[in-house]
Amino acid sequence: MGALFVAPAAAYIGIFHLFPVVYGLYLSFTRYSPLDRGGPQLIGIDNYVDLLSDADFHKSVRVTVQFVAEVLPFAVAIALGLALLANRSMRGIGLFRAGLFLPRIVPLAAVSLIWLWLYSPDGWFNHLLGQVGLDPRNWLLDEGTALHAVAGMRVWKALGGNMVLFLAGLQAIPRTLYEAATVDGANSWQRFRYVTLPGLRPVTTYIVILNIVYLAQSFAEIFILTGGGPLRSTTTTNFLIYEEAFQNNRFGSASAMAFVLFALIFAFSFMILRRMGSNR
Amino acid sequence: MMSVHTSRGPGRIGARWPAVRRPATRWIARRRPGTFLVLMIATVLVMMPFLWMLSIAFKPEAEVFTSVPSMLPADPTFENFSTAWTSGNVGRAMINSTMVAGAAVLVNCTFAVLAGYAFAKLPFRGSTLVFLLMISTAMVPVAVTLIPLFLMTKGFPLVGGNDLLGQDGTGLLDTLPGVVLPHLIAPLNIFLARQYFFGLDDDLGEAARIDGASELTTFWRIYVPLARPLVAVVAIFSFTAVWDDFLWPLVVTSSMEAETVQLALSKFLTGGNVMYGPAMAGAVLVILPVVAVFVFNQRSFIAGLSDGGVKG
Repeated sequence: MGALFVAPAAAYIGIFHLFPVVYGLYLSFTRYSPLDRGGPQLIGIDNYVDLLSDADFHKSVRVTVQFVAEVLPFAVAIALGLALLANRSMRGIGLFRAGLFLPRIVPLAAVSLIWLWLYSPDGWFNHLLGQVGLDPRNWLLDEGTALHAVAGMRVWKALGGNMVLFLAGLQAIPRTLYEAATVDGANSWQRFRYVTLPGLRPVTTYIVILNIVYLAQSFAEIFILTGGGPLRSTTTTNFLIYEEAFQNNRFGSASAMAFVLFALIFAFSFMILRRMGSNR
Repeated sequence: MMSVHTSRGPGRIGARWPAVRRPATRWIARRRPGTFLVLMIATVLVMMPFLWMLSIAFKPEAEVFTSVPSMLPADPTFENFSTAWTSGNVGRAMINSTMVAGAAVLVNCTFAVLAGYAFAKLPFRGSTLVFLLMISTAMVPVAVTLIPLFLMTKGFPLVGGNDLLGQDGTGLLDTLPGVVLPHLIAPLNIFLARQYFFGLDDDLGEAARIDGASELTTFWRIYVPLARPLVAVVAIFSFTAVWDDFLWPLVVTSSMEAETVQLALSKFLTGGNVMYGPAMAGAVLVILPVVAVFVFNQRSFIAGLSDGGVKG
């Protein structure tokens, strides 16, 4: 009976989530343009070999890694700070929590549009620069600032969700540990260092991995804010895959890129799980 | 004391938004002015983009491009909203997205919940393996399945001029069923449902079975009424997954007739000259439903978010 209840979902997930992975892997070993009448042609590992010397692909991986590395520390550290502040049971705190959480729930494409204005020549950031006597910048059209600008938006977007996860993590730390530490004469810094931080380790590991998986797949904000430019300085791997597949019609090599991205995300997450998750 | 790692009880979903304990109802501003100030500044900064969005949405075009932007529109207007709704195609897109999201909510709330229930309450031989296999697909990056799903949508048999083998036509490309195809059942929802039903008592079902109820009746009459918070979480997740999606509709649709909300917003960019007034009005319209759902279901939102992970 249980099997019967699971059957519709299993069939659907098998066809539309599991099978595409296998199909994609097959495509990554082929040359295939959707405009061809002929269908995919098997070419072995050529697509993967070509990626080894593909400058655009290499650059996209570097951009993706830099992007994740820029967003992650801020998105985690600031969120932890906010969670510590908001982890009080006082009236009015709910309003702050809700306000800080709001960016997490709004659609990425929609907020990218808002940030497009904030970064625009007449936007808010240039207005702020002007007020302290600095020259306006062309945030999104300057190779030196475009990726940082997109990263800034993603920090803003990630804070609330991470804060809420930290709050849940804080509440999971047994109160008795704090009481014991106080009895032993620990001051508030020591309580934070030796009770709070170790207690938050599991949730921090989860947050870091979750953020990496999300950030490494950036697309909508790149599409709207920069279109991958200037000079490919914001072309993340995910964006490159989209271009390769749906603008250059190279489904085979785009699939190979997707699997390399998959492997990289998986390897990074695994590494972090090993380093952060194990030794306690 | 709530425990993230061990709690499996019903009502756990919904109780996760860390509770403000009643006894300490001193207002934060008086009790901890320093904390209050920092939180106040942080919240205002975080809300700033939304305030500007609202401000520009109500400004006439001439006011948007002033060298010193002011938050309050001098001459507020609704014009941007009507421009966004009609010539920006946001109206049509909102109807489309609502239909697509509605379908995803319906199917998820039925089949994902049913599957999660079976995994928790009616295990069968190999069910753990099947479960793990289904959940593992949640870890696959979108880019991996994007191209295969595109080809499968194009080759969907017997629609869009296709024959039985999916040849000769365009299948479900550029149609709303094509947009909803990857969203009908999300592995995460099955996971959440399984966790939730684990927390409900087995005896309830036993009693119903002894009274001669069928398995489906037991599920529908006994357990589903107890799982309202779960269904709310699944509904919210399914809705936002479709409403917020950008890459898949971008790939699978091409005409204004099948456009979704996020795509409609991105169209304000084309031509390099962004009409910020209508664009922000469009953003307000698209963000509003999500914020409304959030305000009325804060607990479900937070619970689902924390459950998806802290449990692991």
